Amino acid sequence: MVPASYYILLSALLFTLGVVGVITRRNALVLFMSVELMLNSANLALVTFAMARQDVAGQMVVFFVIVVAAAEVAVGLALLVAIFRTKHTTDVDEIHTLNG
Amino acid sequence: MELIIFLITAAVAVAGAVAMLLSPNAIHSAIFLLINFVAISVLYVLLYAPFLFVIQLIVYAGAIIVLFLFVVMLLGAERAEDTRERFAWQRPLGLTLAAILLGLIGYIALRNPPSGAAVADQHFAAPERIAEALFTTYLLPFEITAVLLLAAIVGVVVLHMSGNQRTENQEPRTEN
Repeated sequence: MVPASYYILLSALLFTLGVVGVITRRNALVLFMSVELMLNSANLALVTFAMARQDVAGQMVVFFVIVVAAAEVAVGLALLVAIFRTKHTTDVDEIHTLNG
Repeated sequence: MELIIFLITAAVAVAGAVAMLLSPNAIHSAIFLLINFVAISVLYVLLYAPFLFVIQLIVYAGAIIVLFLFVVMLLGAERAEDTRERFAWQRPLGLTLAAILLGLIGYIALRNPPSGAAVADQHFAAPERIAEALFTTYLLPFEITAVLLLAAIVGVVVLHMSGNQRTENQEPRTEN
């Protein structure tokens, strides 16, 4: 039996790696992947708590998070394609039209 | 035995995440993210969540990664970061802040560990139980997700259509 705190620590580590990706990478696609990594680490923590409490509610939340993540990726990637059509780049440092 | 499986899977998950961050090619990043998702789905099996294991594989490892790969190849944006860094201090500052964040989360998680180590019922989250909860207690959120997905579909179609119309409208103007 693996202690639940191990899972929580792994989840924290994965979340931090996702944060590092969002901060340091500049390719908008890799930024999106890092956001997905953070969502997944939060899901892992939720499933761990569901197991520790013997309650199915935590897994329900994960189910809804996955649905929202799927919708978010579809819309986000469509936005990226639309931006790429006009700017011809996915580097977030190059997209600064609103920067006064 | 379970601990060994957990350690191997956790190592694979972390290695996949780190490799995703370090690889300069976006396609390689997507493949490493796929490895990470599969490792997390194995952890769901260890946590007695068979339904989420399947959903994770189908939705994340299947649909989302394929969508990422498709867009990366469509845009040809594998190497969008060959240009120089705009801010030299961005990377060290980000790593420092991330280390602080990890320390904080780890401290809180270890100070208040979730109790209930002994599993009384291994089938507390069998697919039948999930379905029962989904169609009774969580019926309204379930219906709302249907609306959300419909809104996402309509949004994507509208985004694509408006881009096409703009180019169609611009062409005659430039000709005249």
